[in-house]
Amino acid sequence: MITIKEYVRAESLEQAYTLNQKKRNRIIGGMLWLKMGKGAIDTAIDLCGLGLDKIEETEDTFVIGAMTTLRSLETHEGLNSYTNGSVKRALENIVGVQFRNLATIGGSLWGRYGFSDVLTFLMSLDCQVELYKGGLVPVEQFASMKHDRDIIVRIIIRKAAGRFGYSDMRIQSTDFPALNCAVSYFDGMWRCAVGARPSRAVLVKDEGRMLPEKPDPEQAETFAKTVAEQVTFGSNMRGSARYRKHLAEVLLSRLFTEIGGNLS
Amino acid sequence: MNIRLKLNGKMISEDIAPDLLLIDFVRKHGCKSVKRGCETANCGLCTVLLNGKPVLSCSVLAARADGQEIFTLEGLQEEASEFISFIANQGADQCGFCNPGFVMNTIALLRENPDPTDDEIKSFLSGNLCRCSGYEGQLRGIRDFLDSRKGGDR
Repeated sequence: MITIKEYVRAESLEQAYTLNQKKRNRIIGGMLWLKMGKGAIDTAIDLCGLGLDKIEETEDTFVIGAMTTLRSLETHEGLNSYTNGSVKRALENIVGVQFRNLATIGGSLWGRYGFSDVLTFLMSLDCQVELYKGGLVPVEQFASMKHDRDIIVRIIIRKAAGRFGYSDMRIQSTDFPALNCAVSYFDGMWRCAVGARPSRAVLVKDEGRMLPEKPDPEQAETFAKTVAEQVTFGSNMRGSARYRKHLAEVLLSRLFTEIGGNLS
Repeated sequence: MNIRLKLNGKMISEDIAPDLLLIDFVRKHGCKSVKRGCETANCGLCTVLLNGKPVLSCSVLAARADGQEIFTLEGLQEEASEFISFIANQGADQCGFCNPGFVMNTIALLRENPDPTDDEIKSFLSGNLCRCSGYEGQLRGIRDFLDSRKGGDR
């Protein structure tokens, strides 16, 4: 159990950032993972009063405040329409509605958790993370950064004309995924994010344009194997590295076929 | 620190510890339907409505609820009474431990989606764990209630 000496509802990002420079102070997001830990927090810094809980849709972007809940994302018509329903698919099995009404996109991303469906899905999009001091960082770069004392302010998704898909494998429906995959096709290139490996998600881009826009099942299967070869998998209680690699081949192949519009 | 919030329609102002959880706050104020179950934010036993949305009170700081409106089952008896007997008629109340959480989340479901499909019911209630019933009884009970509202076609 954690203990907290002081609670501050930040009145500005500068105040939150200044407070967050102390090692024993912590930003709180949904507090779901944080609460499971142990230790003493001097000051819990709450961003809930900064209006960062909204999704703004413009002609060419979605701008998502860091305190936006996963449930708000899951039920956002614009986001789901743009991503062919993939946002909903990526989030709807995360524990339950009550959990997703608390979990924030900022908190989910900040942790860069290996099991994160959120990180995996965002990596397949044209997505940037806006850090208070660090500015805009592509999400795949953010995924590999070390934790520092900066603050996620917003997530910005560019509406690239494309198609998107998400799939995962869970031993039990609301458990952590044994593997998750998000695939997109935009700007003439396939992008594949593979997460719950079980470590942090990674992105593989088809920079050599090996896979056509509308692959047949054989091409999809071959390229899925190529992607899986480039990803390192590990073992834990939810599956072995070998099992995860096989899952990746199957899930990716299905997604390529589905997104390519050749679903039989 | 001092917080001021509305609990079941009643304004409360109180000095609290910064790390007090909402579940402990509401239980201290007599809302014993809100229970501590898993301690891992998985079971749904501690569900309350925070500004109308179902949340896990075991994972919310009472400090964050400052200025907000909270409802527990104690404040929603009338709304719950519309459908709870249908669940009991299916024997789905069993040991009863998970029932308040189920009822709270069912209230949230029916407010958001007054005519859900079976899949929508299962999906919305997937964050409520029950160790007795296997979930089919709750589903049948809610389905019976919904059907009765349409004129009892079952």
